Amino acid sequence: MINFLSTLFTYDFFINALIIGVLVSVCAALLGVSLVLKRFSMIGDGLSHVSFGASAVALSLGLAPLYVAIPVVILAAFLLLKIDKNSKIKGDAATALISSSALAIGYTAVKLSGGGNIDISSYMFGSIYTVSNQDMIITVTVAIVVLFLYAVFYNKLFSVTFDEDFAKATGIKTGFYTTLLACLTAATVVIGMRMMGALLISSLIIFPVLSASRVSKCYKTVIITSAAIALVGFLGGMVLSLILGTSPGSSIVIINLLIFAVCFVLEKFLKK
Amino acid sequence: MELIKVKNLYKKFSGTYVLENINFTVKSGEFLSIIGENGTGKSTLMRLLLGLSEATKGSVEVNKKIKNKIGYLPQQVEIKADFPASVHEIIMSGFLNSSAIIPFFKKAQKIKANKILEQLHITDIKNKPFKELSGGQKQRVLLGRALAASNGVLLLDEPLNALDPLAIADFFEILEQLKAGGYTIIMISHDIHCAIKYANNILHLSHNSHYYGSTKEYVNSPLGKIMLEEGHHHD
Repeated sequence: MINFLSTLFTYDFFINALIIGVLVSVCAALLGVSLVLKRFSMIGDGLSHVSFGASAVALSLGLAPLYVAIPVVILAAFLLLKIDKNSKIKGDAATALISSSALAIGYTAVKLSGGGNIDISSYMFGSIYTVSNQDMIITVTVAIVVLFLYAVFYNKLFSVTFDEDFAKATGIKTGFYTTLLACLTAATVVIGMRMMGALLISSLIIFPVLSASRVSKCYKTVIITSAAIALVGFLGGMVLSLILGTSPGSSIVIINLLIFAVCFVLEKFLKK
Repeated sequence: MELIKVKNLYKKFSGTYVLENINFTVKSGEFLSIIGENGTGKSTLMRLLLGLSEATKGSVEVNKKIKNKIGYLPQQVEIKADFPASVHEIIMSGFLNSSAIIPFFKKAQKIKANKILEQLHITDIKNKPFKELSGGQKQRVLLGRALAASNGVLLLDEPLNALDPLAIADFFEILEQLKAGGYTIIMISHDIHCAIKYANNILHLSHNSHYYGSTKEYVNSPLGKIMLEEGHHHD
Protein backbone atom coordinates (compact mmCIF):
# COMPACT_ATOMS: atom_id res chain seq x y z
CA MET A 1 0.00 0.00 0.00
CA ILE A 2 2.80 2.41 0.96
CA ASN A 3 4.61 1.56 -2.29
CA PHE A 4 1.41 2.13 -4.19
CA LEU A 5 0.85 5.52 -2.53
CA SER A 6 4.46 6.63 -3.08
CA THR A 7 4.10 5.68 -6.74
CA LEU A 8 0.95 7.79 -6.95
CA PHE A 9 2.88 10.81 -5.72
CA THR A 10 5.12 10.61 -8.77
CA TYR A 11 2.14 11.32 -11.05
CA ASP A 12 1.20 14.93 -11.80
CA PHE A 13 -2.50 14.12 -12.08
CA PHE A 14 -2.50 12.80 -8.48
CA ILE A 15 -0.64 15.82 -7.08
CA ASN A 16 -3.04 18.11 -9.00
CA ALA A 17 -6.01 16.23 -7.56
CA LEU A 18 -4.67 16.65 -4.02
CA ILE A 19 -4.02 20.38 -4.44
CA ILE A 20 -7.46 21.00 -5.94
CA GLY A 21 -9.16 18.80 -3.35
CA VAL A 22 -7.54 20.51 -0.38
CA LEU A 23 -8.26 24.02 -1.67
CA VAL A 24 -11.87 23.34 -2.72
CA SER A 25 -12.65 21.43 0.49
CA VAL A 26 -11.39 24.27 2.71
CA CYS A 27 -13.13 27.00 0.65
CA ALA A 28 -16.44 25.09 0.66
CA ALA A 29 -16.24 24.37 4.39
CA LEU A 30 -15.53 28.01 5.33
CA LEU A 31 -18.33 29.39 3.15
CA GLY A 32 -20.59 26.61 4.37
CA VAL A 33 -20.48 28.00 7.93
CA SER A 34 -22.16 31.25 6.87
CA LEU A 35 -24.49 29.56 4.36
CA VAL A 36 -25.78 26.91 6.76
CA LEU A 37 -26.14 29.34 9.68
CA LYS A 38 -27.97 31.84 7.44
CA ARG A 39 -30.28 29.00 6.31
CA PHE A 40 -28.95 29.30 2.75
CA SER A 41 -27.74 25.68 2.53
CA MET A 42 -29.71 24.89 -0.61
CA ILE A 43 -28.12 27.73 -2.57
CA GLY A 44 -24.97 25.61 -2.96
CA ASP A 45 -27.06 22.75 -4.30
CA GLY A 46 -28.93 25.01 -6.72
CA LEU A 47 -25.75 26.65 -7.97
CA SER A 48 -24.09 23.29 -8.58
CA HIS A 49 -26.91 22.35 -10.96
CA VAL A 50 -26.56 25.69 -12.72
CA SER A 51 -22.84 25.01 -12.97
CA PHE A 52 -23.60 21.64 -14.59
CA GLY A 53 -26.04 23.27 -17.05
CA ALA A 54 -23.58 26.02 -17.99
CA SER A 55 -20.68 23.57 -18.38
CA ALA A 56 -22.79 21.22 -20.52
CA VAL A 57 -23.91 24.06 -22.80
CA ALA A 58 -20.31 25.30 -23.06
CA LEU A 59 -19.06 21.82 -24.00
CA SER A 60 -21.85 21.44 -26.56
CA LEU A 61 -20.71 24.71 -28.16
CA GLY A 62 -17.06 23.70 -28.00
CA LEU A 63 -16.16 26.32 -25.33
CA ALA A 64 -14.05 25.95 -22.16
CA PRO A 65 -16.55 25.03 -19.38
CA LEU A 66 -14.97 27.06 -16.55
CA TYR A 67 -14.91 30.31 -18.51
CA VAL A 68 -18.64 29.99 -19.20
CA ALA A 69 -19.71 28.45 -15.89
CA ILE A 70 -18.07 30.98 -13.52
CA PRO A 71 -19.95 34.09 -14.80
CA VAL A 72 -23.20 32.17 -15.36
CA VAL A 73 -23.21 30.71 -11.84
CA ILE A 74 -22.33 34.08 -10.26
CA LEU A 75 -25.27 35.56 -12.19
CA ALA A 76 -27.50 32.75 -10.93
CA ALA A 77 -26.34 33.48 -7.36
CA PHE A 78 -27.41 37.14 -7.77
CA LEU A 79 -30.73 35.99 -9.18
CA LEU A 80 -31.37 33.54 -6.34
CA LEU A 81 -30.71 36.21 -3.71
CA LYS A 82 -32.92 38.72 -5.53
CA ILE A 83 -35.75 36.19 -5.82
CA ASP A 84 -35.36 35.25 -2.16
CA LYS A 85 -35.75 38.88 -1.05
CA ASN A 86 -38.25 40.38 -3.45
CA SER A 87 -40.28 37.71 -5.12
CA LYS A 88 -43.48 35.96 -4.24
CA ILE A 89 -41.65 32.71 -5.01
CA LYS A 90 -39.86 31.78 -1.78
CA GLY A 91 -36.15 30.94 -1.64
CA ASP A 92 -36.38 27.14 -1.50
CA ALA A 93 -38.91 26.96 -4.35
CA ALA A 94 -36.84 29.40 -6.43
CA THR A 95 -33.71 27.29 -5.87
CA ALA A 96 -35.54 24.13 -6.96
CA LEU A 97 -36.94 25.96 -10.00
CA ILE A 98 -33.56 27.23 -11.15
CA SER A 99 -31.61 24.05 -10.39
CA SER A 100 -33.95 21.64 -12.18
CA SER A 101 -34.24 24.00 -15.16
CA ALA A 102 -30.45 24.31 -15.43
CA LEU A 103 -30.04 20.53 -15.23
CA ALA A 104 -32.64 20.02 -17.98
CA ILE A 105 -31.14 22.72 -20.23
CA GLY A 106 -27.63 21.28 -19.83
CA TYR A 107 -28.68 17.72 -20.56
CA THR A 108 -30.81 18.78 -23.57
CA ALA A 109 -27.92 20.84 -24.97
CA VAL A 110 -25.61 17.82 -24.78
CA LYS A 111 -28.15 15.57 -26.48
CA LEU A 112 -28.89 18.12 -29.23
CA SER A 113 -25.19 18.56 -29.97
CA GLY A 114 -24.77 14.84 -30.48
CA GLY A 115 -22.99 14.48 -27.15
CA GLY A 116 -20.65 11.78 -28.42
CA ASN A 117 -17.46 13.11 -26.83
CA ILE A 118 -18.99 14.55 -23.67
CA ASP A 119 -18.74 12.48 -20.51
CA ILE A 120 -21.88 13.56 -18.68
CA SER A 121 -21.30 11.36 -15.65
CA SER A 122 -17.94 13.01 -14.88
CA TYR A 123 -19.80 16.33 -14.54
CA MET A 124 -22.58 14.74 -12.49
CA PHE A 125 -20.38 12.75 -10.09
CA GLY A 126 -16.95 14.33 -10.52
CA SER A 127 -13.69 13.24 -12.04
CA ILE A 128 -10.87 14.70 -10.02
CA TYR A 129 -8.09 12.92 -11.92
CA THR A 130 -8.99 14.41 -15.31
CA VAL A 131 -8.42 18.08 -14.43
CA SER A 132 -6.44 19.86 -17.14
CA ASN A 133 -3.48 22.15 -16.39
CA GLN A 134 -5.57 25.13 -17.49
CA ASP A 135 -8.37 24.14 -15.09
CA MET A 136 -5.76 23.70 -12.38
CA ILE A 137 -4.47 27.27 -12.80
CA ILE A 138 -8.02 28.70 -12.74
CA THR A 139 -8.95 26.58 -9.70
CA VAL A 140 -5.91 27.59 -7.65
CA THR A 141 -6.36 31.27 -8.55
CA VAL A 142 -10.08 31.28 -7.68
CA ALA A 143 -9.47 29.38 -4.43
CA ILE A 144 -6.78 31.83 -3.31
CA VAL A 145 -9.09 34.78 -4.07
CA VAL A 146 -11.93 33.11 -2.11
CA LEU A 147 -9.70 32.41 0.91
CA PHE A 148 -8.23 35.93 0.86
CA LEU A 149 -11.63 37.67 0.71
CA TYR A 150 -13.04 35.36 3.38
CA ALA A 151 -10.17 36.19 5.74
CA VAL A 152 -10.43 39.95 5.09
CA PHE A 153 -14.21 40.07 5.62
CA TYR A 154 -14.36 37.42 8.37
CA ASN A 155 -15.77 39.71 11.09
CA LYS A 156 -18.31 41.41 8.84
CA LEU A 157 -19.51 38.03 7.56
CA PHE A 158 -19.95 36.93 11.18
CA SER A 159 -22.08 39.99 11.96
CA VAL A 160 -24.22 39.61 8.83
CA THR A 161 -24.68 35.89 9.52
CA PHE A 162 -25.57 36.29 13.20
CA ASP A 163 -27.97 39.26 13.02
CA GLU A 164 -28.48 40.97 9.68
CA ASP A 165 -30.79 43.70 11.04
CA PHE A 166 -28.29 44.72 13.73
CA ALA A 167 -25.47 44.75 11.18
CA LYS A 168 -27.53 46.92 8.81
CA ALA A 169 -28.57 49.28 11.62
CA THR A 170 -24.91 49.86 12.46
CA GLY A 171 -24.10 50.78 8.87
CA ILE A 172 -22.64 47.51 7.61
CA LYS A 173 -23.53 47.06 3.94
CA THR A 174 -25.33 43.77 4.44
CA GLY A 175 -26.44 43.53 0.81
CA PHE A 176 -22.82 43.72 -0.32
CA TYR A 177 -21.66 41.01 2.09
CA THR A 178 -24.56 38.68 1.27
CA THR A 179 -23.83 39.13 -2.45
CA LEU A 180 -20.12 38.57 -1.80
CA LEU A 181 -20.97 35.35 0.03
CA ALA A 182 -23.11 34.19 -2.88
CA CYS A 183 -20.39 35.06 -5.43
CA LEU A 184 -17.67 33.27 -3.46
CA THR A 185 -19.98 30.25 -3.15
CA ALA A 186 -20.70 30.37 -6.89
CA ALA A 187 -16.97 30.44 -7.70
CA THR A 188 -16.25 27.58 -5.26
CA VAL A 189 -19.10 25.47 -6.65
CA VAL A 190 -17.80 25.86 -10.19
CA ILE A 191 -14.22 24.95 -9.36
CA GLY A 192 -15.40 22.12 -7.11
CA MET A 193 -17.76 20.58 -9.63
CA ARG A 194 -14.94 18.91 -11.59
CA MET A 195 -13.84 17.24 -8.35
CA MET A 196 -17.18 16.30 -6.77
CA GLY A 197 -19.71 16.57 -9.59
CA ALA A 198 -22.90 18.63 -9.73
CA LEU A 199 -24.81 16.20 -7.55
CA LEU A 200 -22.28 15.97 -4.74
CA ILE A 201 -20.51 19.35 -4.46
CA SER A 202 -23.07 20.78 -2.00
CA SER A 203 -22.09 18.05 0.47
CA LEU A 204 -18.68 19.77 0.83
CA ILE A 205 -20.50 22.96 1.85
CA ILE A 206 -23.00 21.41 4.24
CA PHE A 207 -21.41 18.36 5.92
CA PRO A 208 -18.32 19.93 7.58
CA VAL A 209 -20.27 22.72 9.30
CA LEU A 210 -23.05 20.37 10.41
CA SER A 211 -20.44 18.06 11.96
CA ALA A 212 -18.43 20.93 13.47
CA SER A 213 -21.55 22.51 15.02
CA ARG A 214 -22.15 19.28 16.96
CA VAL A 215 -18.84 19.53 18.82
CA SER A 216 -17.93 23.27 18.72
CA LYS A 217 -19.93 26.03 20.27
CA CYS A 218 -18.17 29.23 19.26
CA TYR A 219 -17.99 30.73 15.78
CA LYS A 220 -14.21 30.66 15.48
CA THR A 221 -13.95 27.05 16.63
CA VAL A 222 -16.77 26.02 14.28
CA ILE A 223 -14.81 27.60 11.40
CA ILE A 224 -11.53 25.90 12.34
CA THR A 225 -13.21 22.54 13.04
CA SER A 226 -15.16 22.73 9.75
CA ALA A 227 -11.96 23.30 7.77
CA ALA A 228 -10.22 20.44 9.62
CA ILE A 229 -13.17 18.08 9.07
CA ALA A 230 -13.26 19.03 5.37
CA LEU A 231 -9.58 18.12 5.02
CA VAL A 232 -10.00 14.81 6.86
CA GLY A 233 -13.10 14.07 4.77
CA PHE A 234 -11.27 14.77 1.53
CA LEU A 235 -8.09 12.84 2.35
CA GLY A 236 -10.08 9.99 3.91
CA GLY A 237 -12.33 9.86 0.85
CA MET A 238 -9.34 9.72 -1.49
CA VAL A 239 -7.81 6.82 0.47
CA LEU A 240 -11.17 5.00 0.55
CA SER A 241 -11.62 5.42 -3.19
CA LEU A 242 -8.11 4.02 -3.82
CA ILE A 243 -8.74 1.02 -1.55
CA LEU A 244 -12.23 0.19 -2.83
CA GLY A 245 -11.79 1.42 -6.39
CA THR A 246 -14.82 3.70 -6.01
CA SER A 247 -15.21 7.26 -7.30
CA PRO A 248 -13.43 9.91 -5.17
CA GLY A 249 -16.51 12.20 -5.02
CA SER A 250 -18.88 9.64 -3.55
CA SER A 251 -16.15 8.27 -1.24
CA ILE A 252 -15.55 11.79 0.16
CA VAL A 253 -19.28 12.14 0.88
CA ILE A 254 -19.34 8.75 2.63
CA ILE A 255 -16.39 9.71 4.86
CA ASN A 256 -18.11 13.03 5.65
CA LEU A 257 -21.27 11.15 6.54
CA LEU A 258 -19.27 8.93 8.92
CA ILE A 259 -17.64 11.99 10.50
CA PHE A 260 -21.09 13.53 10.98
CA ALA A 261 -22.32 10.34 12.68
CA VAL A 262 -19.30 10.37 15.02
CA CYS A 263 -19.83 14.06 15.86
CA PHE A 264 -23.54 13.45 16.42
CA VAL A 265 -22.78 10.69 18.96
CA LEU A 266 -20.01 12.79 20.51
CA GLU A 267 -22.46 15.69 20.99
CA LYS A 268 -24.84 13.44 22.95
CA PHE A 269 -21.90 12.16 24.99
CA LEU A 270 -20.61 15.69 25.71
CA LYS A 271 -24.06 16.85 26.84
CA LYS A 272 -24.21 14.21 29.56
CA MET B 1 -29.26 68.59 21.90
CA GLU B 2 -31.82 66.99 19.57
CA LEU B 3 -30.67 63.53 18.50
CA ILE B 4 -33.72 62.26 16.62
CA LYS B 5 -36.54 64.30 15.10
CA VAL B 6 -39.55 62.54 13.61
CA LYS B 7 -41.81 64.78 11.50
CA ASN B 8 -45.24 63.92 10.00
CA LEU B 9 -44.21 60.30 9.60
CA TYR B 10 -46.41 57.89 7.63
CA LYS B 11 -45.76 54.26 6.74
CA LYS B 12 -48.01 52.20 4.49
CA PHE B 13 -48.00 48.43 3.89
CA SER B 14 -50.15 46.91 1.13
CA GLY B 15 -52.37 49.98 0.92
CA THR B 16 -52.94 50.29 4.69
CA TYR B 17 -51.28 52.90 6.88
CA VAL B 18 -49.53 51.30 9.86
CA LEU B 19 -48.21 54.65 11.10
CA GLU B 20 -49.94 57.98 10.54
CA ASN B 21 -48.73 61.46 11.33
CA ILE B 22 -46.16 60.57 14.00
CA ASN B 23 -44.23 63.48 15.49
CA PHE B 24 -41.71 63.43 18.30
CA THR B 25 -38.22 64.47 19.28
CA VAL B 26 -35.57 62.67 21.29
CA LYS B 27 -33.09 64.85 23.15
CA SER B 28 -29.74 63.87 24.60
CA GLY B 29 -30.04 62.11 27.98
CA GLU B 30 -33.78 61.47 27.59
CA PHE B 31 -35.61 58.19 28.30
CA LEU B 32 -38.50 57.76 25.84
CA SER B 33 -40.91 54.86 26.14
CA ILE B 34 -42.90 53.85 23.08
CA ILE B 35 -45.98 51.93 24.14
CA GLY B 36 -49.07 50.62 22.42
CA GLU B 37 -51.06 47.51 21.65
CA ASN B 38 -50.03 44.90 19.11
CA GLY B 39 -50.40 46.10 15.54
CA THR B 40 -50.07 49.81 16.30
CA GLY B 41 -46.74 50.06 14.47
CA LYS B 42 -44.18 50.00 17.31
CA SER B 43 -41.80 47.65 15.49
CA THR B 44 -42.35 49.48 12.20
CA LEU B 45 -41.40 52.73 13.91
CA MET B 46 -38.30 51.09 15.36
CA ARG B 47 -37.20 49.89 11.90
CA LEU B 48 -37.68 53.44 10.58
CA LEU B 49 -35.58 54.90 13.42
CA LEU B 50 -32.81 52.41 12.68
CA GLY B 51 -32.87 53.11 8.96
CA LEU B 52 -33.93 49.53 8.15
CA SER B 53 -37.04 50.75 6.35
CA GLU B 54 -38.09 53.89 4.47
CA ALA B 55 -40.98 56.18 5.32
CA THR B 56 -43.93 56.48 2.94
CA LYS B 57 -44.23 60.17 3.87
CA GLY B 58 -42.54 62.46 6.36
CA SER B 59 -39.05 62.15 7.78
CA VAL B 60 -36.81 60.66 10.45
CA GLU B 61 -33.88 62.99 11.03
CA VAL B 62 -31.00 61.39 12.90
CA ASN B 63 -28.18 63.59 14.23
CA LYS B 64 -24.92 62.90 12.38
CA LYS B 65 -23.24 62.17 15.72
CA ILE B 66 -25.31 59.01 16.17
CA LYS B 67 -25.87 57.94 12.55
CA ASN B 68 -25.28 54.16 12.44
CA LYS B 69 -24.25 54.42 16.09
CA ILE B 70 -27.56 53.68 17.79
CA GLY B 71 -27.10 50.67 20.05
CA TYR B 72 -29.94 48.38 19.07
CA LEU B 73 -31.22 45.60 21.32
CA PRO B 74 -33.53 43.33 19.29
CA GLN B 75 -36.16 41.03 20.71
CA GLN B 76 -34.63 37.71 21.72
CA VAL B 77 -37.01 35.80 19.45
CA GLU B 78 -35.30 37.45 16.46
CA ILE B 79 -31.91 36.00 17.40
CA LYS B 80 -31.03 32.52 16.10
CA ALA B 81 -31.18 30.49 19.31
CA ASP B 82 -28.82 27.73 18.11
CA PHE B 83 -26.15 30.02 16.63
CA PRO B 84 -22.66 28.92 17.68
CA ALA B 85 -21.00 32.06 19.06
CA SER B 86 -19.34 32.99 22.33
CA VAL B 87 -20.35 35.95 24.49
CA HIS B 88 -17.08 37.68 23.57
CA GLU B 89 -17.59 37.17 19.82
CA ILE B 90 -21.08 38.69 20.01
CA ILE B 91 -19.97 41.72 22.01
CA MET B 92 -17.04 42.38 19.66
CA SER B 93 -19.40 42.33 16.67
CA GLY B 94 -20.87 45.58 18.02
CA PHE B 95 -17.64 47.38 17.10
CA LEU B 96 -17.79 46.52 13.42
CA ASN B 97 -19.48 49.80 12.48
CA SER B 98 -16.26 51.60 13.34
CA SER B 99 -13.82 48.93 12.15
CA ALA B 100 -11.89 48.97 8.93
CA ILE B 101 -12.11 45.93 6.67
CA ILE B 102 -9.11 44.30 8.32
CA PRO B 103 -10.15 41.30 10.38
CA PHE B 104 -8.64 42.58 13.65
CA PHE B 105 -10.02 44.76 16.43
CA LYS B 106 -8.21 47.80 17.83
CA LYS B 107 -6.72 47.79 21.32
CA ALA B 108 -9.16 50.53 22.43
CA GLN B 109 -12.08 48.37 21.30
CA LYS B 110 -10.79 45.39 23.28
CA ILE B 111 -10.43 47.58 26.38
CA LYS B 112 -13.98 48.95 25.92
CA ALA B 113 -15.30 45.38 25.50
CA ASN B 114 -13.73 44.38 28.82
CA LYS B 115 -15.31 47.44 30.50
CA ILE B 116 -18.73 46.49 29.08
CA LEU B 117 -18.32 42.91 30.32
CA GLU B 118 -17.51 44.25 33.80
CA GLN B 119 -20.32 46.82 33.74
CA LEU B 120 -22.87 44.15 32.87
CA HIS B 121 -21.34 41.57 35.25
CA ILE B 122 -20.73 39.03 32.51
CA THR B 123 -16.93 38.83 32.56
CA ASP B 124 -17.08 35.32 34.03
CA ILE B 125 -19.16 34.03 31.11
CA LYS B 126 -17.26 35.77 28.30
CA ASN B 127 -16.07 32.51 26.74
CA LYS B 128 -19.37 30.68 27.19
CA PRO B 129 -21.54 29.76 24.20
CA PHE B 130 -24.46 32.18 23.77
CA LYS B 131 -26.92 29.36 23.18
CA GLU B 132 -26.26 27.91 26.64
CA LEU B 133 -27.13 31.12 28.55
CA SER B 134 -30.33 31.93 30.44
CA GLY B 135 -32.77 34.54 29.08
CA GLY B 136 -31.44 37.20 31.44
CA GLN B 137 -27.80 36.49 30.54
CA LYS B 138 -28.59 36.57 26.83
CA GLN B 139 -30.25 39.95 27.30
CA ARG B 140 -27.13 41.32 28.99
CA VAL B 141 -24.92 40.01 26.17
CA LEU B 142 -27.13 41.61 23.50
CA LEU B 143 -27.18 44.82 25.53
CA GLY B 144 -23.38 44.60 25.68
CA ARG B 145 -23.24 44.40 21.89
CA ALA B 146 -25.58 47.40 21.69
CA LEU B 147 -23.30 49.36 24.04
CA ALA B 148 -20.28 48.46 21.89
CA ALA B 149 -22.03 49.85 18.81
CA SER B 150 -23.53 52.88 20.54
CA ASN B 151 -22.42 56.46 20.67
CA GLY B 152 -24.61 57.21 23.68
CA VAL B 153 -28.03 56.15 22.34
CA LEU B 154 -29.81 52.83 22.95
CA LEU B 155 -32.92 51.53 21.20
CA LEU B 156 -34.47 48.63 23.08
CA ASP B 157 -37.17 46.56 21.40
CA GLU B 158 -39.43 44.84 23.94
CA PRO B 159 -36.46 44.12 26.25
CA LEU B 160 -38.68 42.71 29.00
CA ASN B 161 -40.09 39.86 26.93
CA ALA B 162 -38.56 36.48 27.78
CA LEU B 163 -37.34 37.78 31.16
CA ASP B 164 -38.49 36.57 34.57
CA PRO B 165 -39.31 39.20 37.27
CA LEU B 166 -35.84 38.94 38.81
CA ALA B 167 -34.15 39.44 35.44
CA ILE B 168 -36.46 42.43 34.75
CA ALA B 169 -35.39 44.05 38.03
CA ASP B 170 -31.72 43.42 37.16
CA PHE B 171 -32.23 44.83 33.69
CA PHE B 172 -33.76 48.07 34.97
CA GLU B 173 -30.96 48.45 37.50
CA ILE B 174 -28.53 48.40 34.58
CA LEU B 175 -30.69 50.83 32.58
CA GLU B 176 -30.77 53.27 35.51
CA GLN B 177 -26.97 53.14 35.69
CA LEU B 178 -26.73 53.78 31.96
CA LYS B 179 -29.18 56.68 32.18
CA ALA B 180 -27.20 58.14 35.07
CA GLY B 181 -24.12 57.78 32.89
CA GLY B 182 -25.71 60.01 30.25
CA TYR B 183 -27.18 57.45 27.85
CA THR B 184 -30.24 58.36 25.81
CA ILE B 185 -32.70 55.46 25.87
CA ILE B 186 -35.64 54.67 23.61
CA MET B 187 -37.56 51.64 24.81
CA ILE B 188 -40.44 49.89 23.09
CA SER B 189 -42.52 48.09 25.65
CA HIS B 190 -45.87 46.50 26.36
CA ASP B 191 -45.45 47.21 30.05
CA ILE B 192 -47.07 50.55 30.85
CA HIS B 193 -46.01 50.45 34.51
CA CYS B 194 -42.32 50.14 33.68
CA ALA B 195 -42.69 52.80 31.00
CA ILE B 196 -44.18 55.26 33.48
CA LYS B 197 -41.72 54.40 36.23
CA TYR B 198 -38.57 54.97 34.20
CA ALA B 199 -39.32 57.20 31.18
CA ASN B 200 -39.23 61.01 30.98
CA ASN B 201 -41.45 61.00 27.90
CA ILE B 202 -44.08 58.66 26.50
CA LEU B 203 -45.16 58.02 22.92
CA HIS B 204 -48.40 56.04 23.04
CA LEU B 205 -49.35 54.59 19.65
CA SER B 206 -52.92 53.51 19.14
CA HIS B 207 -55.18 52.77 16.20
CA ASN B 208 -57.19 55.98 16.66
CA SER B 209 -54.85 58.65 17.98
CA HIS B 210 -51.38 59.01 19.43
CA TYR B 211 -50.11 60.62 22.57
CA TYR B 212 -46.69 62.20 22.86
CA GLY B 213 -45.56 64.17 25.86
CA SER B 214 -43.99 63.97 29.29
CA THR B 215 -44.71 60.99 31.52
CA LYS B 216 -46.15 63.34 34.14
CA GLU B 217 -48.68 64.76 31.68
CA TYR B 218 -49.46 61.29 30.33
CA VAL B 219 -50.38 59.99 33.79
CA ASN B 220 -52.86 62.85 34.17
CA SER B 221 -54.21 62.66 30.60
CA PRO B 222 -57.55 60.92 29.88
CA LEU B 223 -55.72 58.17 27.90
CA GLY B 224 -53.14 57.66 30.65
CA LYS B 225 -55.82 57.50 33.33
CA ILE B 226 -57.81 54.90 31.40
CA MET B 227 -54.70 52.81 30.83
CA LEU B 228 -53.68 52.95 34.46
CA GLU B 229 -57.19 52.37 35.83
CA GLU B 230 -57.57 49.33 33.67
CA GLY B 231 -54.18 48.20 34.92
CA HIS B 232 -53.40 47.72 31.29
CA HIS B 233 -50.48 45.39 31.41
CA HIS B 234 -49.66 43.43 28.30
CA ASP B 235 -47.18 40.58 28.53
